[in-house]
Amino acid sequence: MLIQEHSRPGRRATAQAPLATPDPAELPPARRRKQRAALPEVSELQAVRHYTRLSQQNFSIDTHFYPLGSCTMKYNPRACNSLASLPGFLARHPAAPESHSQGIMACLHELQAMLKSVTGMHAVSLAPAAGAQGELAGVMMIRAYHDARGDHARREMLVPDAAHGTNPASAIMAGFQVREVPTGRDGDVDIDALRAVVGPQTAGIMLTNPSTVGVFDRNIQAIAKTVHEAGGLLYYDGANLNAILGKVRPGDMGFDVIHMNLHKTFSTPHGGGGPGAGPVGVSKRLEPYLPIPLVEQDDDGYHWLDEDDRPESIGRLTAFGGNMGILLRAYIYARLLGAEGMRRVSEFATLNANYLQARLRAAGFQLAYPERRASHEFIVTLKKEAKDFGVNTMDVAKRLLDYGYHAPTTYFPLLVPECLLIEPTETEPKEALDGFVEAMIKIRAEAEHEPETVKQAPHHLPVRRLDDVRAARQLDVAWKPAASLADSQR
Amino acid sequence: MSNIPSELKYTESHEWVKDNGDGTVTVGITDHAQDALGDLVFVELPEIGKQVAAKDACAVVESVKAASDIYSPLSGEVVGANDVLDGAPETINDDAYGEGWIFQLKLSDPSQLDDLMDAGGYEQLLADEG
Repeated sequence: MLIQEHSRPGRRATAQAPLATPDPAELPPARRRKQRAALPEVSELQAVRHYTRLSQQNFSIDTHFYPLGSCTMKYNPRACNSLASLPGFLARHPAAPESHSQGIMACLHELQAMLKSVTGMHAVSLAPAAGAQGELAGVMMIRAYHDARGDHARREMLVPDAAHGTNPASAIMAGFQVREVPTGRDGDVDIDALRAVVGPQTAGIMLTNPSTVGVFDRNIQAIAKTVHEAGGLLYYDGANLNAILGKVRPGDMGFDVIHMNLHKTFSTPHGGGGPGAGPVGVSKRLEPYLPIPLVEQDDDGYHWLDEDDRPESIGRLTAFGGNMGILLRAYIYARLLGAEGMRRVSEFATLNANYLQARLRAAGFQLAYPERRASHEFIVTLKKEAKDFGVNTMDVAKRLLDYGYHAPTTYFPLLVPECLLIEPTETEPKEALDGFVEAMIKIRAEAEHEPETVKQAPHHLPVRRLDDVRAARQLDVAWKPAASLADSQR
Repeated sequence: MSNIPSELKYTESHEWVKDNGDGTVTVGITDHAQDALGDLVFVELPEIGKQVAAKDACAVVESVKAASDIYSPLSGEVVGANDVLDGAPETINDDAYGEGWIFQLKLSDPSQLDDLMDAGGYEQLLADEG
């Protein structure tokens, strides 16, 4: 039931009532509504019940194992949120002068330093307010670098076919043409194909390592050498940073620019479409182009660096200094973990993924890259099950919900047929992983002996299988009032 | 096993090409491709009159699983596009080699047709992709 369907004329919730009624005469006539907006009219209790019930129907990391590959749905310690919500942080006005903001600026300055240290980059800007914005900032800096050198022919960005869809999109937004580089059968970038396409037109390459197929590219040094020798730069997509945190540093691998998703790796729940934080780190030659503001420290305390200090900057990405709540949670998370704790994050993330991979393989599931060790995630292909039992990956994913597990990522990356991309993360206990394996074994037995049970799943959730084809073909997302309600609201 | 008509030519990116015998060809995606994509929900057709080179992305098909580029198998000018797909993209799922054709090209060099795979070659490609 939608909140609008609870609506009765005249019901009010005082908590949401406006303190003052703005005068519509201040709006230009052309901008004024001709009809009242069809807003729900409910009591405070109805609103509380409605949204509490919705939250109970949710799958979330607080209630369920959530092995959504490439998304790092890990538990985010409550302490990070509590401390980031201290009144001194929450009540600070973003336009407050530096002298009144020394505390938060100290946190941001230390966060810049910690992110530099863990990624091996020369300098970091916290400004980007999302992963995609970090990507855009990264490729814009690559463009600014080539343009500043008068190297205007470098207009081609290389992107492996296993990349996240945002990579080619960001490159196009920054004015590049995209050229795809194929992945070899072992999951690494096809290095011969890469050598064949680099040249004086190459601006750079956008790489995720470990990649979206869940393996660490063993040729990374050769890739870096090939692209650098051609005059291009290396961009590191930090989507899978959780796998290497404190173990391998993108700066040491030869990357010139990196973005980090603080809203997945550094203790902000993610997967709801924001807000996010996508800080960027750069090598020395890209430092002048970093997005502003940055925080600098001298004998007088902390200062913002702006347009005057960084005239070559690609500029501002938001009105103020990025998403403070997320930056603060990341700062607290990093302080709680320390360097030693960060290493444990990647060690346990990788251990959990490899344990789960080994158990599923032993149970007879087919791995997409059986010769490779998993990084923090791995791919199972249900090609054989689809052929033998007529039960596909989406059916298995839906049946997993019945067993109380959020489904792994399905049908991504696109280059593996009938795939499940599974990322357990470091925060799951062994018992949760074992339970997931048992559910997978049961579902495969069902697929063999009673396939309709799987094909019609889910059976035990508030909503049965949705018709996603019809939903896509006849998109209808706008609520319209029923006739009687519309009359009563006139 | 996928349906692979013997009178058509094929590309490695799973398009089929029918020689209309008058310097034009009709292009669609193979039965294997529609099966792998699943139920199609949207098709973006190329503009009539557009010049395309072989292997240029010139149309898009979207299913509930993925969006995929369709590549022009050969060089030439787009002279036809299947408007039926605008309202009924599922026609490709129902009849990939017939009513589900996507566009037509007037070839700039008809001898390019010889560069494409025949049915046997495409069958081998599918077997290799396993």
